[in-house]
Amino acid sequence: MKPSILKAQPADVQKDASMIKQKQMMAGHYDRLTSAPETGAKVASTFVPGNLNELIMCFDLVNNLPEVNAIQNGLRKKSGAYIMEAERSGHSEDVCTYVKSDIGMMLKGNIGPNGKPLPKPDVLLLSYTGCFTFLKWFELLREQYKCPTIFLQTPYMADGKITPNMIQYMVKQLKENVIPVLEEVSGVKFDIDRLREYLKKSAVAEDDLVAVLQSAKNKPSPIDAYFGGIYYIGPIFGAFRGTDDAIDYYRFLRAEVEERIAKGLGPVTPDGTMSEEKYRLVVEGPPNYTNFRQFWKMFYDEGATVVASSYTKVGGTYDYGFRHNPDKPLESLAEYCLNVYTNRSLPMRIDMLSDYINEYEADGLLINSIKSCNSFSAGQLLIMREVEKRTGKPAAFIESDLVDPRYFSGANIKNRLESYFQMVEQKRSGRGAAA
Amino acid sequence: MTNPTTSEIIARCQELYDDLRFTSARDWKDAEPGRKVIAHMPIYVPRELIHAAGMLPLGIMGGGDNLEVIHGDAYYQSYICRIPRSTIELGLSGRLDFVDGMIFPSICDVIRNLSGMWKMLFPEVYVKYFDVPQTYDDDIGGTFYIGEMREFLTDLEALAGRKISDDDIRTSITVYNENRRAIAELYRLRAAKPWQAPASEAYLVMRAGLTLPVEDHTRLVHDYIAAAKAEKRPIKDNSRIILTGMFCEQPPLNLIKSLELSGCYVVDDDFMLVSRWLVGDVPTDGDPVYNLSQAFLHQSMSTAAKYEPDEAEKGQFLVRAVRDTGAEGVIFASTSFCDPALLDRPMLQNVLKAADIPYIAFKYSENSGQMQPIREQAGTFVDSIKLWSAA
Repeated sequence: MKPSILKAQPADVQKDASMIKQKQMMAGHYDRLTSAPETGAKVASTFVPGNLNELIMCFDLVNNLPEVNAIQNGLRKKSGAYIMEAERSGHSEDVCTYVKSDIGMMLKGNIGPNGKPLPKPDVLLLSYTGCFTFLKWFELLREQYKCPTIFLQTPYMADGKITPNMIQYMVKQLKENVIPVLEEVSGVKFDIDRLREYLKKSAVAEDDLVAVLQSAKNKPSPIDAYFGGIYYIGPIFGAFRGTDDAIDYYRFLRAEVEERIAKGLGPVTPDGTMSEEKYRLVVEGPPNYTNFRQFWKMFYDEGATVVASSYTKVGGTYDYGFRHNPDKPLESLAEYCLNVYTNRSLPMRIDMLSDYINEYEADGLLINSIKSCNSFSAGQLLIMREVEKRTGKPAAFIESDLVDPRYFSGANIKNRLESYFQMVEQKRSGRGAAA
Repeated sequence: MTNPTTSEIIARCQELYDDLRFTSARDWKDAEPGRKVIAHMPIYVPRELIHAAGMLPLGIMGGGDNLEVIHGDAYYQSYICRIPRSTIELGLSGRLDFVDGMIFPSICDVIRNLSGMWKMLFPEVYVKYFDVPQTYDDDIGGTFYIGEMREFLTDLEALAGRKISDDDIRTSITVYNENRRAIAELYRLRAAKPWQAPASEAYLVMRAGLTLPVEDHTRLVHDYIAAAKAEKRPIKDNSRIILTGMFCEQPPLNLIKSLELSGCYVVDDDFMLVSRWLVGDVPTDGDPVYNLSQAFLHQSMSTAAKYEPDEAEKGQFLVRAVRDTGAEGVIFASTSFCDPALLDRPMLQNVLKAADIPYIAFKYSENSGQMQPIREQAGTFVDSIKLWSAA
C-alpha cells in the first residue's frame, strides 16, 4: 500500500535519507492502523514509555500510541483546536495537553495524520510507567471506547535501584493480568519463543540506536540529538521495536551517520547541513511540537547542536546499557519499563544529565520546561542548579508546552536562548568566572 | 474534672493547626531520649508501622495560608501546585529540622519528584517514596505491597535501632483501629447533625490527628463528640453537600468556613484521607503486615490517586456517599494544577450526571485569600438545590 502521509515538502526543507525513510515507515504504520477495519487487524492502544511492542506483536495486534497522535497533531497545527474542544467538554486548562489533544481529536472524529479515521482500540494496554497522567488518560478513554483495559504498573525507581520485589511484581502482572487478556482479545495463544525472537531483534536495533546517539561525542557532532533525535527514536519507541524494519532502519541510519563522521559533517537541519558547531548543548525535557521547526531554527541559526537529551530516553535508556534480553523475556520487559527516563528518581536524572555534559563535552544544560508535564517539569529548577554546580557549566531555563500553541512564545524563547549563548561565551572566555 | 467544651477543644486544635513549628511534635520527641519523628505527606502511609517502631507519625499537609513562601517558589514553575513549594519552605526554613524521616506517598508526579528533591536537599534525613500497588489482586498487588511494607519496616528498624515484632504492629493496629472508630463516629455525627459538628470544627479536630500521638487524638475526638452532642446549636436552612478533590493540598480553613456561611452543610469530604483510608477495623490476629495489605487492597477509600479497575465502579463511591449521608449535591474543589483531581473530575461528573446529582466545581490553592467568588458560587449552588427540591 502506498503510504498516504507523505506530502511534498517545501523546496527549502532539507532531509537526509534516513529521515525520509523514517517518515515512510511512520506513514506505513498509520495506514496499517487506519485500514484495520478492512483488514480485520485488532488494535491495542498503549504509551511510549513502557511500550511493550514485542508483546503486542505476539498477538498480531497493531500498536496505536496516543502520544504520537498528539505529536502529529501538534506538528500539523491541529492540536490547538483539539485542546480547546476538550476544554469545552469539561477538561481543565491545567492538565496534560497530550490528553486533551487526544480527547479533542476523538470528539472531532478521530482523524489520523493520513486524513483517515483511526479505528477504535480493541484493548487499552495501560502500561503505567513514569507518568501518573497515563493512569487517568486511559480511564478517560475507557469511558469512551468501552473496551477491555489492561493495567500494568511499573514501580518507581525512587532509590536508584531495581529490587527483586519490583521485578516479581511486574512479571506476575504480565503473566496473570496482561497476557491472558491479550490472548482473549486477540484470539492468539501466547508463544514465548515468538516473544524471544522479537526481543532478539530489538536488541540488534538498540545497539545501532546507541551508536547513533553516541556519535554526538564527535566534534562536530554528526547529529542533533534532540531535534534530529526525535526522528531517530520514532521507530524504536513506537510500533517498530522488535521488527526487521527497525533493524534495517537503524543499520541504515548508523551507516549514514558514520559517513557524516568520516566527512566531518554536522547535522542536517531543515535549512541544510550545519556549517559551524559553535555550541554543544545537553537538553532536558520534551520539545514544543506546535512550532517545532521555528524552535529548532533558533538553535541552528546560532550554531547550537544538541549533543544529548533526556527526552530521547523516555522510551528506554539504552545508552546506559539496557538491552532487551531474549533469555529472560518477561523480566526483560519489566526491566525495560523500570528504566525509562521518567521512571528514574530525580538524583538519577541529575547524574545522567551531568554525565552527558561531561561525556559529550557540552557547553551547558538547557531545560525546556513543559507547562503540562509534571512528570518532567516538577523538580527541574533543582536539577538545573545541581547540574550547574557539579559540572561548572552554565544552565538555562525556557518554558513552552508540548502541543498547546498558546504556550509557545517564540520571541521570549529566542531572547532567552540568545542570552544563554552569551553566557556560554562569557564562561568560555573566563569572564563568567571572574564576574 | 469537667469535660472540655467544644470551644476549648477547638481552641486547642486551632493552636496545633496554626503552629508551623510543630511544637507538640517537638515536645513529644524531647520528652524522652531516642524518640524519633517520621513525617509523611498526603494521602496515605501505614502509620501503624511507624507507631510500632515507637516513633511519632507527623502529617505534613503543606504550609497553609499563613506561611510566607520565600525559598520554595524558587524551586517550582508557576504551573505547579502549591503544596510542594510550601513543604520545601517548611524544610528550608528549619521548621522540620527535628524530623528524622520524610515519607512521600504515591499520589502524583509532583510529590513523587519531591521525594528525590528531598534527598538532594536534606541528605541527612531518611527519605522514602512509599510505593503502593494500583492492582488489587492478593497474589499480585498484595504480594508487592507486603514486600514494600517489609522494606519499610527494615528501614524503620535501622532508624529505631531495634527489631519491630509482630506484636508491636498488632498493638499499633489496635490503637489505630480505635482512632478509626472514633473518627467514623465523628463523621456519622456530622452527617446526621451537621449543625452540631460543623465542618470547620471537624476539620480542625481531624488536623490535630496529624500532629498528636494517636492515643491522645482518639481521646480528643471522643471529647469533641461528647461536647458537640451536649451543646445546643441552631439548625440552619442549609443544603447538605459533599466536598471532593481536597485529598492532598488542603483548603484554607476560611474556605471551609465560607462554604458554611454560604449555606452548605458539609456532610462528607476527602480531607486528610490518611485518617480514614482504611475503612473499618484491621484484624489484629495473624500476620499484621498481611492484614494491613488486605485492608489496603479491599477496604480502602476511593480517590483520584487510585486506579479504578472496574469501569462500572468508577465514581460510584460518590453516589454511595450522597446516598449514605443524605447529601443534596457535590462540590468538586480541586487544587489548581492537580493532575489526579482535575483529570478525574470529568469522569466523576459524568457519573453524577447519570445519577441526577447536582454538582459544581471550582479550584483553589492552600493560600487562596479571596473567598467572595467561592461564596457566591456555593451560595448560588445551594439556592439552585433548594429550587430544584421545591420543584
